[in-house]
Amino acid sequence: MNDVEQNTSAAQVKAAGVAIKNLRKSYGTNEVLKGISLDVSPGEVVCLIGPSGSGKSTLLRCVNLLEQPNEGSIHVGGFEATDPDVDIDKMRRKVGMVFQQFNLFPHLNVLRNCTVAQTKVLKRSQAEADEVARRNLEHVGLGHLADRFPDQLSGGQQQRVAIARALSMDPQLMLFDEPTSALDPETVGDVLAVMRNLARSGMTMLVVTHEMGFAREVADRVVFMDGGVVVEEGSAEHVVGAPTQPRTKEFLRRVLDPTHIEVVEE
Amino acid sequence: MAMTARQRAKTSLNVQAGIFVVALAAVVLAVDWKTVSENVFNFAKLGPMFPGIILVGLKNTLIYTAMAFVVGLSGGLLLALMKLSSFPLYRWIATGYIEFFRGIPALLVFIAFGYGVPLAFGFTWDVNVVVTLSLGIVASAYIAETLRAGLQAVPKGQMEAARSLGMPHWRSMVTIVIPQAFKIVLPPLTNEVILLTKDSSLIYVLGLTASQYELTKFGRDGISSLGAGLTPLLVAGAFYLVVTIPLSLLARKFESRAARTKR
Repeated sequence: MNDVEQNTSAAQVKAAGVAIKNLRKSYGTNEVLKGISLDVSPGEVVCLIGPSGSGKSTLLRCVNLLEQPNEGSIHVGGFEATDPDVDIDKMRRKVGMVFQQFNLFPHLNVLRNCTVAQTKVLKRSQAEADEVARRNLEHVGLGHLADRFPDQLSGGQQQRVAIARALSMDPQLMLFDEPTSALDPETVGDVLAVMRNLARSGMTMLVVTHEMGFAREVADRVVFMDGGVVVEEGSAEHVVGAPTQPRTKEFLRRVLDPTHIEVVEE
Repeated sequence: MAMTARQRAKTSLNVQAGIFVVALAAVVLAVDWKTVSENVFNFAKLGPMFPGIILVGLKNTLIYTAMAFVVGLSGGLLLALMKLSSFPLYRWIATGYIEFFRGIPALLVFIAFGYGVPLAFGFTWDVNVVVTLSLGIVASAYIAETLRAGLQAVPKGQMEAARSLGMPHWRSMVTIVIPQAFKIVLPPLTNEVILLTKDSSLIYVLGLTASQYELTKFGRDGISSLGAGLTPLLVAGAFYLVVTIPLSLLARKFESRAARTKR
Protein backbone atom coordinates (compact mmCIF):
# COMPACT_ATOMS: atom_id res chain seq x y z
CA MET A 1 0.00 0.00 0.00
CA ASN A 2 2.86 2.32 0.70
CA ASP A 3 4.31 1.82 -2.75
CA VAL A 4 0.89 2.70 -4.11
CA GLU A 5 0.95 5.94 -2.16
CA GLN A 6 4.37 6.95 -3.37
CA ASN A 7 4.26 6.00 -7.00
CA THR A 8 1.25 7.78 -8.36
CA SER A 9 1.03 11.41 -7.47
CA ALA A 10 3.58 12.73 -9.98
CA ALA A 11 1.89 12.65 -13.38
CA GLN A 12 -0.57 15.43 -14.11
CA VAL A 13 -3.39 14.50 -16.47
CA LYS A 14 -5.26 16.43 -19.08
CA ALA A 15 -8.76 16.47 -17.66
CA ALA A 16 -12.15 17.00 -19.28
CA GLY A 17 -15.34 18.25 -17.73
CA VAL A 18 -18.87 16.88 -17.94
CA ALA A 19 -22.12 18.80 -18.40
CA ILE A 20 -25.37 16.88 -17.92
CA LYS A 21 -28.63 18.70 -18.59
CA ASN A 22 -32.11 17.53 -17.77
CA LEU A 23 -31.30 13.86 -18.34
CA ARG A 24 -34.17 11.39 -18.46
CA LYS A 25 -34.00 7.64 -18.79
CA SER A 26 -36.81 5.07 -18.63
CA TYR A 27 -36.97 1.32 -18.81
CA GLY A 28 -40.42 0.71 -20.22
CA THR A 29 -42.73 2.68 -17.96
CA ASN A 30 -40.23 2.82 -15.12
CA GLU A 31 -38.52 6.21 -15.16
CA VAL A 32 -35.10 5.79 -13.53
CA LEU A 33 -33.70 9.26 -14.15
CA LYS A 34 -36.21 12.08 -13.83
CA GLY A 35 -34.42 15.09 -15.24
CA ILE A 36 -30.91 15.14 -13.80
CA SER A 37 -28.61 18.12 -14.27
CA LEU A 38 -25.03 17.91 -13.09
CA ASP A 39 -21.84 19.75 -14.01
CA VAL A 40 -18.40 18.40 -13.28
CA SER A 41 -15.45 20.73 -13.85
CA PRO A 42 -12.16 19.48 -15.26
CA GLY A 43 -10.15 17.94 -12.42
CA GLU A 44 -13.10 17.79 -10.06
CA VAL A 45 -13.96 14.64 -8.08
CA VAL A 46 -17.69 14.10 -7.62
CA CYS A 47 -19.09 11.22 -5.57
CA LEU A 48 -22.61 10.01 -6.29
CA ILE A 49 -24.27 8.44 -3.28
CA GLY A 50 -27.75 7.14 -2.66
CA PRO A 51 -29.79 3.97 -2.04
CA SER A 52 -29.81 1.20 -4.65
CA GLY A 53 -32.35 1.92 -7.35
CA SER A 54 -31.82 5.65 -6.97
CA GLY A 55 -30.45 5.85 -10.54
CA LYS A 56 -26.84 6.74 -9.73
CA SER A 57 -25.31 3.82 -11.64
CA THR A 58 -27.63 4.45 -14.58
CA LEU A 59 -26.56 8.10 -14.62
CA LEU A 60 -22.91 7.05 -14.67
CA ARG A 61 -23.53 4.54 -17.48
CA CYS A 62 -25.32 7.20 -19.51
CA VAL A 63 -22.18 9.34 -19.52
CA ASN A 64 -20.30 6.87 -21.73
CA LEU A 65 -23.49 5.67 -23.39
CA LEU A 66 -23.56 2.15 -21.99
CA GLU A 67 -27.14 3.24 -21.41
CA GLN A 68 -28.95 5.37 -23.97
CA PRO A 69 -30.73 8.32 -22.36
CA ASN A 70 -34.24 9.17 -23.57
CA GLU A 71 -34.02 12.92 -23.11
CA GLY A 72 -31.57 15.63 -22.19
CA SER A 73 -27.98 16.24 -23.13
CA ILE A 74 -24.53 15.16 -21.99
CA HIS A 75 -21.33 16.94 -22.96
CA VAL A 76 -18.01 15.23 -22.25
CA GLY A 77 -14.88 17.17 -23.16
CA GLY A 78 -15.49 18.31 -26.70
CA PHE A 79 -18.13 15.66 -27.40
CA GLU A 80 -21.88 15.82 -27.20
CA ALA A 81 -22.63 12.23 -26.16
CA THR A 82 -26.33 12.66 -26.85
CA ASP A 83 -25.79 13.79 -30.44
CA PRO A 84 -27.06 10.92 -32.63
CA ASP A 85 -24.10 11.44 -34.99
CA VAL A 86 -21.43 11.33 -32.28
CA ASP A 87 -18.59 8.85 -32.81
CA ILE A 88 -19.23 6.81 -29.69
CA ASP A 89 -15.97 4.88 -29.90
CA LYS A 90 -13.92 8.03 -30.27
CA MET A 91 -15.65 9.59 -27.29
CA ARG A 92 -15.22 6.49 -25.13
CA ARG A 93 -11.45 6.62 -25.63
CA LYS A 94 -11.48 9.77 -23.50
CA VAL A 95 -13.65 8.21 -20.81
CA GLY A 96 -12.28 5.44 -18.60
CA MET A 97 -14.74 3.17 -16.83
CA VAL A 98 -14.21 0.97 -13.79
CA PHE A 99 -16.90 -1.59 -13.03
CA GLN A 100 -18.13 -3.12 -9.80
CA GLN A 101 -17.32 -6.60 -11.13
CA PHE A 102 -13.90 -5.55 -12.58
CA ASN A 103 -14.71 -7.13 -15.98
CA LEU A 104 -11.10 -7.96 -16.72
CA PHE A 105 -10.63 -10.09 -19.82
CA PRO A 106 -10.02 -13.58 -18.36
CA HIS A 107 -8.35 -14.96 -21.50
CA LEU A 108 -5.65 -12.27 -21.50
CA ASN A 109 -2.91 -11.79 -18.94
CA VAL A 110 -2.66 -8.61 -16.89
CA LEU A 111 -0.33 -6.86 -19.34
CA ARG A 112 -2.46 -7.77 -22.38
CA ASN A 113 -5.57 -6.57 -20.54
CA CYS A 114 -3.89 -3.18 -20.39
CA THR A 115 -2.54 -3.19 -23.96
CA VAL A 116 -5.28 -4.75 -26.10
CA ALA A 117 -7.30 -1.55 -26.54
CA GLN A 118 -4.16 0.55 -26.92
CA THR A 119 -2.99 -1.48 -29.92
CA LYS A 120 -6.40 -2.15 -31.47
CA VAL A 121 -8.00 1.25 -30.88
CA LEU A 122 -5.20 3.79 -30.49
CA LYS A 123 -3.00 1.87 -32.97
CA ARG A 124 0.00 2.10 -30.67
CA SER A 125 2.86 -0.28 -31.33
CA GLN A 126 3.04 -3.28 -29.02
CA ALA A 127 6.27 -1.93 -27.51
CA GLU A 128 4.77 1.46 -26.77
CA ALA A 129 1.58 -0.09 -25.40
CA ASP A 130 3.63 -2.39 -23.15
CA GLU A 131 5.54 0.57 -21.81
CA VAL A 132 2.39 2.57 -21.07
CA ALA A 133 0.74 -0.47 -19.47
CA ARG A 134 3.76 -1.25 -17.27
CA ARG A 135 3.93 2.36 -16.12
CA ASN A 136 0.26 2.31 -15.14
CA LEU A 137 0.59 -1.09 -13.46
CA GLU A 138 3.48 0.35 -11.44
CA HIS A 139 1.24 3.25 -10.48
CA VAL A 140 -1.37 0.91 -9.04
CA GLY A 141 1.38 -1.10 -7.34
CA LEU A 142 1.06 -4.23 -9.49
CA GLY A 143 3.98 -4.03 -11.89
CA HIS A 144 5.23 -7.38 -10.60
CA LEU A 145 2.00 -9.18 -11.61
CA ALA A 146 2.02 -8.25 -15.31
CA ASP A 147 2.31 -11.87 -16.45
CA ARG A 148 -0.45 -13.27 -14.24
CA PHE A 149 -3.97 -14.03 -15.40
CA PRO A 150 -6.97 -12.31 -13.80
CA ASP A 151 -8.19 -15.45 -12.02
CA GLN A 152 -4.86 -15.66 -10.19
CA LEU A 153 -5.41 -12.26 -8.54
CA SER A 154 -7.43 -11.14 -5.52
CA GLY A 155 -10.47 -8.93 -6.08
CA GLY A 156 -8.58 -5.84 -4.99
CA GLN A 157 -5.70 -6.62 -7.33
CA GLN A 158 -8.12 -7.23 -10.20
CA GLN A 159 -9.79 -3.89 -9.60
CA ARG A 160 -6.43 -2.11 -9.57
CA VAL A 161 -5.59 -3.79 -12.89
CA ALA A 162 -8.95 -2.58 -14.21
CA ILE A 163 -7.99 0.96 -13.20
CA ALA A 164 -4.58 0.59 -14.86
CA ARG A 165 -6.31 -0.77 -17.99
CA ALA A 166 -8.56 2.28 -18.17
CA LEU A 167 -5.68 4.70 -17.47
CA SER A 168 -3.60 3.14 -20.25
CA MET A 169 -5.96 4.76 -22.76
CA ASP A 170 -4.97 8.20 -21.37
CA PRO A 171 -8.56 9.14 -20.50
CA GLN A 172 -9.58 12.66 -19.52
CA LEU A 173 -12.42 11.48 -17.31
CA MET A 174 -12.78 8.39 -15.14
CA LEU A 175 -16.10 6.81 -14.19
CA PHE A 176 -16.20 4.46 -11.20
CA ASP A 177 -19.30 2.31 -10.71
CA GLU A 178 -19.19 1.07 -7.11
CA PRO A 179 -15.55 0.04 -7.51
CA THR A 180 -15.18 -1.42 -4.01
CA SER A 181 -18.61 -3.00 -3.50
CA ALA A 182 -17.55 -6.47 -4.67
CA LEU A 183 -14.29 -6.52 -2.71
CA ASP A 184 -13.21 -8.28 0.44
CA PRO A 185 -12.96 -5.62 3.17
CA GLU A 186 -9.19 -5.98 3.56
CA THR A 187 -8.54 -5.16 -0.11
CA VAL A 188 -10.78 -2.09 -0.27
CA GLY A 189 -8.06 0.18 1.12
CA ASP A 190 -5.59 -0.52 -1.71
CA VAL A 191 -8.17 0.36 -4.37
CA LEU A 192 -9.22 3.52 -2.55
CA ALA A 193 -5.56 4.53 -2.21
CA VAL A 194 -5.13 4.25 -5.98
CA MET A 195 -8.24 6.32 -6.54
CA ARG A 196 -7.10 8.93 -4.02
CA ASN A 197 -3.81 9.31 -5.87
CA LEU A 198 -5.60 9.55 -9.16
CA ALA A 199 -7.77 12.34 -7.75
CA ARG A 200 -4.65 14.18 -6.59
CA SER A 201 -3.11 13.90 -10.04
CA GLY A 202 -5.92 16.10 -11.35
CA MET A 203 -8.15 13.52 -13.03
CA THR A 204 -11.83 14.33 -13.39
CA MET A 205 -13.66 11.57 -11.54
CA LEU A 206 -17.30 10.62 -11.23
CA VAL A 207 -17.59 7.97 -8.53
CA VAL A 208 -20.64 5.98 -7.48
CA THR A 209 -19.75 4.72 -4.04
CA HIS A 210 -20.90 3.68 -0.60
CA GLU A 211 -17.54 4.53 0.94
CA MET A 212 -18.50 7.63 2.95
CA GLY A 213 -14.99 7.94 4.36
CA PHE A 214 -13.58 8.13 0.85
CA ALA A 215 -16.24 10.64 -0.20
CA ARG A 216 -15.46 12.86 2.78
CA GLU A 217 -11.75 12.75 2.23
CA VAL A 218 -11.42 12.91 -1.55
CA ALA A 219 -14.60 14.30 -3.11
CA ASP A 220 -14.76 17.95 -4.05
CA ARG A 221 -18.50 17.54 -4.20
CA VAL A 222 -21.01 14.90 -3.08
CA VAL A 223 -24.32 14.37 -4.85
CA PHE A 224 -27.08 12.49 -3.06
CA MET A 225 -29.61 10.89 -5.40
CA ASP A 226 -32.88 9.19 -4.57
CA GLY A 227 -35.77 8.13 -6.79
CA GLY A 228 -34.11 9.37 -9.97
CA VAL A 229 -33.53 12.95 -8.83
CA VAL A 230 -30.71 14.85 -7.16
CA VAL A 231 -31.94 15.43 -3.62
CA GLU A 232 -28.95 17.27 -2.22
CA GLU A 233 -25.52 18.28 -3.39
CA GLY A 234 -22.60 20.22 -2.06
CA SER A 235 -19.26 19.76 -0.37
CA ALA A 236 -18.63 16.44 1.35
CA GLU A 237 -18.62 18.19 4.71
CA HIS A 238 -22.01 19.60 3.98
CA VAL A 239 -23.76 16.58 2.42
CA VAL A 240 -22.18 13.78 4.43
CA GLY A 241 -21.34 15.75 7.56
CA ALA A 242 -24.38 17.98 7.97
CA PRO A 243 -27.17 17.02 5.55
CA THR A 244 -30.25 19.23 5.49
CA GLN A 245 -32.72 17.00 3.59
CA PRO A 246 -34.59 14.34 5.62
CA ARG A 247 -33.99 11.66 2.92
CA THR A 248 -30.25 12.31 2.98
CA LYS A 249 -30.21 12.13 6.76
CA GLU A 250 -32.15 8.86 6.75
CA PHE A 251 -29.86 7.32 4.12
CA LEU A 252 -26.67 8.36 5.90
CA ARG A 253 -27.99 7.10 9.23
CA ARG A 254 -28.53 3.68 7.63
CA VAL A 255 -25.18 3.60 5.87
CA LEU A 256 -23.04 4.95 8.70
CA ASP A 257 -24.82 3.07 11.47
CA PRO A 258 -26.31 -0.04 9.84
CA THR A 259 -26.78 -2.02 13.07
CA HIS A 260 -29.55 0.30 14.22
CA ILE A 261 -32.06 -1.03 11.74
CA GLU A 262 -33.49 -4.49 11.25
CA VAL A 263 -33.13 -4.91 7.50
CA VAL A 264 -29.82 -3.94 5.91
CA GLU A 265 -30.22 -3.62 2.19
CA GLU A 266 -27.23 -1.65 1.07
CA MET B 1 -36.93 -62.01 9.01
CA ALA B 2 -36.48 -58.27 9.08
CA MET B 3 -33.49 -56.84 7.17
CA THR B 4 -31.61 -53.64 7.83
CA ALA B 5 -31.61 -51.00 5.12
CA ARG B 6 -28.05 -51.88 4.23
CA GLN B 7 -28.87 -55.59 3.89
CA ARG B 8 -31.87 -54.76 1.71
CA ALA B 9 -29.75 -52.62 -0.60
CA LYS B 10 -27.13 -55.36 -0.89
CA THR B 11 -29.73 -58.02 -1.65
CA SER B 12 -31.29 -55.79 -4.27
CA LEU B 13 -27.94 -55.29 -6.00
CA ASN B 14 -27.28 -59.04 -5.97
CA VAL B 15 -30.66 -59.71 -7.57
CA GLN B 16 -29.97 -57.11 -10.27
CA ALA B 17 -26.56 -58.61 -11.04
CA GLY B 18 -28.14 -62.08 -11.18
CA ILE B 19 -30.78 -60.97 -13.71
CA PHE B 20 -28.07 -59.36 -15.85
CA VAL B 21 -25.95 -62.55 -15.90
CA VAL B 22 -28.93 -64.76 -16.77
CA ALA B 23 -30.01 -62.42 -19.60
CA LEU B 24 -26.49 -62.32 -21.00
CA ALA B 25 -26.23 -66.12 -20.87
CA ALA B 26 -29.57 -66.46 -22.66
CA VAL B 27 -28.41 -64.20 -25.50
CA VAL B 28 -25.07 -65.99 -25.82
CA LEU B 29 -26.83 -69.37 -25.95
CA ALA B 30 -29.41 -68.17 -28.47
CA VAL B 31 -26.80 -66.97 -30.97
CA ASP B 32 -25.91 -69.25 -33.88
CA TRP B 33 -22.17 -69.02 -33.29
CA LYS B 34 -21.17 -71.08 -36.33
CA THR B 35 -22.92 -68.70 -38.72
CA VAL B 36 -21.73 -65.67 -36.84
CA SER B 37 -18.10 -66.73 -36.97
CA GLU B 38 -18.38 -67.25 -40.75
CA ASN B 39 -20.20 -63.98 -41.44
CA VAL B 40 -19.11 -61.47 -38.81
CA PHE B 41 -15.84 -62.63 -37.31
CA ASN B 42 -14.35 -64.09 -40.47
CA PHE B 43 -11.06 -62.25 -40.33
CA ALA B 44 -9.03 -64.78 -42.40
CA LYS B 45 -10.30 -63.43 -45.74
CA LEU B 46 -9.76 -59.75 -45.01
CA GLY B 47 -6.22 -59.55 -46.41
CA PRO B 48 -7.19 -57.57 -49.56
CA MET B 49 -8.76 -54.82 -47.43
CA PHE B 50 -5.38 -53.79 -46.11
CA PRO B 51 -3.68 -51.41 -46.27
CA GLY B 52 -6.35 -49.69 -48.43
CA ILE B 53 -8.86 -49.28 -45.63
CA ILE B 54 -6.29 -47.26 -43.71
CA LEU B 55 -4.43 -45.46 -46.50
CA VAL B 56 -7.58 -44.63 -48.46
CA GLY B 57 -10.65 -45.28 -46.29
CA LEU B 58 -9.50 -43.87 -42.97
CA LYS B 59 -7.62 -41.07 -44.70
CA ASN B 60 -10.68 -40.00 -46.70
CA THR B 61 -12.94 -40.18 -43.65
CA LEU B 62 -10.57 -37.83 -41.84
CA ILE B 63 -10.28 -35.50 -44.83
CA TYR B 64 -14.04 -35.31 -45.44
CA THR B 65 -14.63 -34.68 -41.74
CA ALA B 66 -11.97 -31.98 -41.53
CA MET B 67 -13.20 -30.14 -44.64
CA ALA B 68 -16.80 -30.29 -43.46
CA PHE B 69 -15.76 -29.04 -40.03
CA VAL B 70 -14.01 -26.01 -41.52
CA VAL B 71 -17.15 -25.15 -43.51
CA GLY B 72 -19.39 -25.96 -40.55
CA LEU B 73 -17.39 -23.84 -38.14
CA SER B 74 -17.20 -20.76 -40.35
CA GLY B 75 -20.85 -21.11 -41.38
CA GLY B 76 -21.86 -21.82 -37.81
CA LEU B 77 -20.07 -18.73 -36.49
CA LEU B 78 -21.70 -16.56 -39.13
CA LEU B 79 -25.14 -17.99 -38.34
CA ALA B 80 -24.62 -17.61 -34.59
CA LEU B 81 -23.69 -13.94 -35.03
CA MET B 82 -26.69 -13.47 -37.32
CA LYS B 83 -28.95 -15.07 -34.76
CA LEU B 84 -27.72 -12.64 -32.09
CA SER B 85 -27.92 -9.67 -34.44
CA SER B 86 -30.17 -6.74 -33.63
CA PHE B 87 -31.28 -6.71 -37.27
CA PRO B 88 -34.45 -8.89 -37.49
CA LEU B 89 -33.91 -10.06 -41.08
CA TYR B 90 -30.59 -11.66 -40.13
CA ARG B 91 -32.21 -13.39 -37.16
CA TRP B 92 -35.03 -14.78 -39.34
CA ILE B 93 -32.68 -16.06 -42.01
CA ALA B 94 -30.44 -17.74 -39.43
CA THR B 95 -33.36 -19.26 -37.55
CA GLY B 96 -34.92 -20.58 -40.77
CA TYR B 97 -31.63 -22.09 -41.91
CA ILE B 98 -30.86 -23.70 -38.57
CA GLU B 99 -34.34 -25.17 -38.08
CA PHE B 100 -34.47 -26.47 -41.66
CA PHE B 101 -31.13 -28.23 -41.74
CA ARG B 102 -31.43 -29.62 -38.23
CA GLY B 103 -34.89 -30.88 -39.07
CA ILE B 104 -34.19 -32.95 -42.19
CA PRO B 105 -32.01 -36.09 -42.40
CA ALA B 106 -28.44 -35.38 -43.51
CA LEU B 107 -28.90 -38.12 -46.11
CA LEU B 108 -31.41 -35.94 -47.98
CA VAL B 109 -28.91 -33.09 -48.08
CA PHE B 110 -26.33 -35.44 -49.59
CA ILE B 111 -28.77 -36.54 -52.26
CA ALA B 112 -29.83 -32.95 -52.93
CA PHE B 113 -26.28 -31.77 -53.44
CA GLY B 114 -25.05 -34.96 -55.11
CA TYR B 115 -27.90 -35.31 -57.62
CA GLY B 116 -30.48 -32.54 -57.25
CA VAL B 117 -28.31 -29.46 -57.64
CA PRO B 118 -26.23 -30.82 -60.60
CA LEU B 119 -29.47 -31.87 -62.29
CA ALA B 120 -31.08 -28.48 -61.75
CA PHE B 121 -28.14 -26.46 -63.02
CA GLY B 122 -26.86 -28.90 -65.60
CA PHE B 123 -23.33 -29.47 -64.33
CA THR B 124 -21.38 -32.03 -62.38
CA TRP B 125 -19.07 -31.34 -59.48
CA ASP B 126 -16.38 -33.13 -57.62
CA VAL B 127 -17.37 -35.53 -54.88
CA ASN B 128 -15.10 -33.66 -52.50
CA VAL B 129 -17.14 -30.52 -53.06
CA VAL B 130 -20.42 -32.36 -52.54
CA VAL B 131 -19.24 -33.91 -49.28
CA THR B 132 -17.75 -30.71 -47.96
CA LEU B 133 -20.84 -28.69 -48.80
CA SER B 134 -23.49 -31.19 -47.69
CA LEU B 135 -21.80 -32.16 -44.47
CA GLY B 136 -20.61 -28.61 -43.81
CA ILE B 137 -24.07 -27.14 -44.32
CA VAL B 138 -25.66 -29.60 -41.93
CA ALA B 139 -22.83 -29.18 -39.43
CA SER B 140 -23.07 -25.38 -39.54
CA ALA B 141 -26.70 -25.57 -38.41
CA TYR B 142 -25.76 -27.60 -35.33
CA ILE B 143 -22.56 -25.68 -34.62
CA ALA B 144 -24.45 -22.38 -34.90
CA GLU B 145 -26.66 -23.30 -31.96
CA THR B 146 -23.65 -24.44 -29.92
CA LEU B 147 -21.77 -21.23 -30.66
CA ARG B 148 -24.79 -19.06 -29.97
CA ALA B 149 -25.07 -20.61 -26.51
CA GLY B 150 -21.33 -20.03 -26.01
CA LEU B 151 -21.50 -16.39 -27.09
CA GLN B 152 -24.41 -15.80 -24.74
CA ALA B 153 -22.54 -17.49 -21.88
CA VAL B 154 -19.83 -14.81 -22.00
CA PRO B 155 -20.82 -12.29 -19.30
CA LYS B 156 -22.34 -9.04 -20.57
CA GLY B 157 -19.70 -7.10 -18.65
CA GLN B 158 -17.02 -8.31 -21.06
CA MET B 159 -18.64 -6.56 -24.00
CA GLU B 160 -19.28 -3.47 -21.86
CA ALA B 161 -15.66 -3.33 -20.72
CA ALA B 162 -14.42 -3.67 -24.30
CA ARG B 163 -16.83 -1.01 -25.58
CA SER B 164 -15.96 1.35 -22.73
CA LEU B 165 -12.31 1.13 -23.85
CA GLY B 166 -13.40 2.49 -27.22
CA MET B 167 -13.44 -0.78 -29.15
CA PRO B 168 -16.12 -0.90 -31.85
CA HIS B 169 -18.74 -3.67 -31.58
CA TRP B 170 -17.14 -6.00 -34.14
CA ARG B 171 -13.68 -5.51 -32.65
CA SER B 172 -15.01 -6.33 -29.16
CA MET B 173 -16.61 -9.45 -30.60
CA VAL B 174 -13.49 -10.64 -32.40
CA THR B 175 -10.94 -9.81 -29.70
CA ILE B 176 -12.84 -10.27 -26.46
CA VAL B 177 -16.11 -12.20 -26.75
CA ILE B 178 -15.53 -14.83 -29.45
CA PRO B 179 -12.25 -16.20 -27.99
CA GLN B 180 -13.98 -16.70 -24.64
CA ALA B 181 -17.02 -18.26 -26.29
CA PHE B 182 -14.80 -20.78 -28.10
CA LYS B 183 -13.23 -21.82 -24.83
CA ILE B 184 -16.69 -22.43 -23.40
CA VAL B 185 -17.90 -24.47 -26.39
CA LEU B 186 -14.76 -26.56 -26.86
CA PRO B 187 -16.32 -29.72 -25.33
CA PRO B 188 -19.60 -29.61 -27.31
CA LEU B 189 -17.64 -28.63 -30.42
CA THR B 190 -15.51 -31.75 -30.06
CA ASN B 191 -18.71 -33.76 -29.90
CA GLU B 192 -19.79 -32.13 -33.16
CA VAL B 193 -16.61 -33.47 -34.76
CA ILE B 194 -17.52 -36.97 -33.55
CA LEU B 195 -20.97 -36.66 -35.13
CA LEU B 196 -19.41 -35.36 -38.34
CA THR B 197 -16.97 -38.27 -38.49
CA LYS B 198 -19.88 -40.69 -38.41
CA ASP B 199 -22.07 -38.66 -40.77
CA SER B 200 -19.31 -38.70 -43.38
CA SER B 201 -20.39 -42.35 -43.94
CA LEU B 202 -23.50 -41.02 -45.72
CA ILE B 203 -21.34 -40.38 -48.74
CA TYR B 204 -22.15 -43.94 -49.82
CA VAL B 205 -25.24 -42.64 -51.66
CA LEU B 206 -22.97 -40.86 -54.14
CA GLY B 207 -21.13 -42.51 -56.99
CA LEU B 208 -17.53 -42.80 -55.86
CA THR B 209 -14.34 -43.85 -57.54
CA ALA B 210 -12.14 -46.23 -55.57
CA SER B 211 -9.76 -43.49 -54.48
CA GLN B 212 -12.68 -41.57 -52.93
CA TYR B 213 -13.91 -44.43 -50.71
CA GLU B 214 -14.13 -43.71 -47.03
CA LEU B 215 -14.43 -46.26 -44.23
CA THR B 216 -18.07 -47.28 -44.63
CA LYS B 217 -17.89 -47.50 -48.40
CA PHE B 218 -14.78 -49.62 -48.02
CA GLY B 219 -16.64 -51.92 -45.65
CA ARG B 220 -19.66 -52.23 -47.93
CA ASP B 221 -17.41 -52.92 -50.87
CA GLY B 222 -15.69 -55.65 -48.87
CA ILE B 223 -19.02 -57.31 -48.13
CA SER B 224 -19.67 -57.96 -51.81
CA SER B 225 -16.13 -58.82 -52.88
CA LEU B 226 -14.44 -60.74 -50.05
CA GLY B 227 -16.95 -63.45 -49.13
CA ALA B 228 -16.45 -62.85 -45.44
CA GLY B 229 -20.03 -61.79 -44.78
CA LEU B 230 -20.38 -58.63 -42.72
CA THR B 231 -16.88 -58.83 -41.28
CA PRO B 232 -15.49 -55.92 -43.38
CA LEU B 233 -18.15 -53.66 -41.90
CA LEU B 234 -17.10 -54.72 -38.40
CA VAL B 235 -13.54 -53.69 -39.22
CA ALA B 236 -14.75 -50.36 -40.61
CA GLY B 237 -16.69 -49.80 -37.40
CA ALA B 238 -13.55 -50.49 -35.37
CA PHE B 239 -11.70 -47.78 -37.31
CA TYR B 240 -14.45 -45.27 -36.50
CA LEU B 241 -13.86 -46.02 -32.83
CA VAL B 242 -10.14 -45.46 -33.33
CA VAL B 243 -11.06 -41.89 -34.32
CA THR B 244 -14.04 -41.16 -32.08
CA ILE B 245 -12.86 -42.54 -28.73
CA PRO B 246 -9.77 -40.28 -28.55
CA LEU B 247 -12.00 -37.33 -29.53
CA SER B 248 -14.40 -38.29 -26.79
CA LEU B 249 -11.54 -38.40 -24.28
CA LEU B 250 -10.39 -35.02 -25.55
CA ALA B 251 -13.86 -33.56 -25.00
CA ARG B 252 -13.84 -34.88 -21.44
CA LYS B 253 -10.43 -33.32 -20.85
CA PHE B 254 -11.70 -29.95 -22.12
CA GLU B 255 -14.69 -30.31 -19.83
CA SER B 256 -12.67 -30.98 -16.71
CA ARG B 257 -10.30 -28.16 -17.58
CA ALA B 258 -13.26 -25.79 -17.97
CA ALA B 259 -14.64 -26.96 -14.63
CA ARG B 260 -11.27 -26.33 -12.97
CA THR B 261 -10.81 -22.79 -14.23
CA LYS B 262 -14.36 -21.79 -13.35
CA ARG B 263 -14.58 -20.13 -9.97
